Amino acid sequence: MSENDRTGSVMEGVAGRRGLEKQIVLPWSRAIQMTRENIFVRLGRSAITASGIFLGIAFLTAVLFGASASRLLAEIDLERIGVEHEAGELQARIIWLAAMSLVVATVGIVNSMLMSVTERYKEIGTMKCLGALDSFIVRLFLLEAGLLGVLGSASGAIAASGVMMLVYMGRLGSGGVWKAWVTTSLQLGGMDIPLWVSVIASVFLGGMLSILATLYPAWRAAKMPPAAALRSEF
Amino acid sequence: MSVYEYIVRTKNLSKIYTMGGTEVRALDDVALDIRRGEYVSIMGPSGSGKSTLFNMIGGLDKPTRGTVFIDEVDMAQLTASELAFLRCRKIGYIFQTFNLIPVMTALENVTLPMVFAGLTTDDALDKGMGLLKIVGLGERHDHKPTELSGGQQQRVAIARAFANDPAIILADEPTGNLDLKTGKDIINLLKQMNEEKKVTVISATHDLKMLDVSDRVVWIRDGKLERIEEREDLDIQIGQMEGEED
Repeated sequence: MSENDRTGSVMEGVAGRRGLEKQIVLPWSRAIQMTRENIFVRLGRSAITASGIFLGIAFLTAVLFGASASRLLAEIDLERIGVEHEAGELQARIIWLAAMSLVVATVGIVNSMLMSVTERYKEIGTMKCLGALDSFIVRLFLLEAGLLGVLGSASGAIAASGVMMLVYMGRLGSGGVWKAWVTTSLQLGGMDIPLWVSVIASVFLGGMLSILATLYPAWRAAKMPPAAALRSEF
Repeated sequence: MSVYEYIVRTKNLSKIYTMGGTEVRALDDVALDIRRGEYVSIMGPSGSGKSTLFNMIGGLDKPTRGTVFIDEVDMAQLTASELAFLRCRKIGYIFQTFNLIPVMTALENVTLPMVFAGLTTDDALDKGMGLLKIVGLGERHDHKPTELSGGQQQRVAIARAFANDPAIILADEPTGNLDLKTGKDIINLLKQMNEEKKVTVISATHDLKMLDVSDRVVWIRDGKLERIEEREDLDIQIGQMEGEED
């Protein structure tokens, strides 16, 4: 009895078969390969999607760098002037700016990922016609979001760091701009967080936000009946 | 499981849309039986409901009322996994707009259903190349859809539809975006596959060229079946199809 025996019942192997889920597979290696193709073959489109993430994390990195640089400058000034309460005010402003930049980054990322899913409804519908389970669709989009998220965030952080270091070169000197990396950028829960830690955390945050922002749109798109998905004109 | 005469059966099939107070009956109480190995064309003008009927039979959308039986199993009773299995292994789909994945080559497109079916890469590649050769595109296996003409893309789509040796091929306006000559080639290819592989072909179309190769023609209008004609009774009345000719 061959599964592909067309003279047999179509429903053989469908109804009443245990472990049916194992009959439809998407190996991780293939999923990763498809994700790489999706990103790099459509490089321009991927760059536009990633630009939301890039800009968000670049902004956040710039704010954090500015915080450390200001603290460094304040220390230099304080040593000269001997005034202490300025540091507290500075810190409050910095927390506010960092929080706002995080909000901006999130909005940019959510927007980008929503765009990226919606413009591929037709592809999603097609894949479901080929037998893809809903979970495959979600898996593919999450992988893509994770990869784009990390790449976009890392480039944003690196670009912003470079720019900020140049900007502060004058006031801090070439030694100072490197010292900024080990200076406290934020004080959270009583802990002093050096700049290099907060920037790396931002890159991870960018990646996580990208994945989270894709979750709902991808799940919804996967759940659409194929007829509706295929009707989309993009 | 015994083999049933009718591979697809619909019963009281209806699809009703409510648009701002008015009821639109895309399908109205359709009863259609399709035998194994048949080549059936569902014909009708635009808006007649043939695409809706196509979607119902193919499990691409849910009816408002009524049932679709595939080998006497109610499609509505299937779980999502079972439905996916059906689409992966038992039904092959062909669309008017080809619907190939743009970032993949022809070979990758053809082998994608095989990936879902769990074939090893080597097996999939061999089978994929075999299918591409049958449709006459062996040399273009590494071309992306943008590098292929409409007719070539549809051939890749046909090869893909046969990837997992399905029992049923569903074609929605397969020649809709193709010129006369290419359309004829595609229709002949479908008929060839139908005869050689004993696959049931169900085609929703308004292309009259399909009439020659069909075992039965189902005429649909305003969501209702108008008449069903067997091969022997086919009487082409071109003038009576409202402005629909290629």
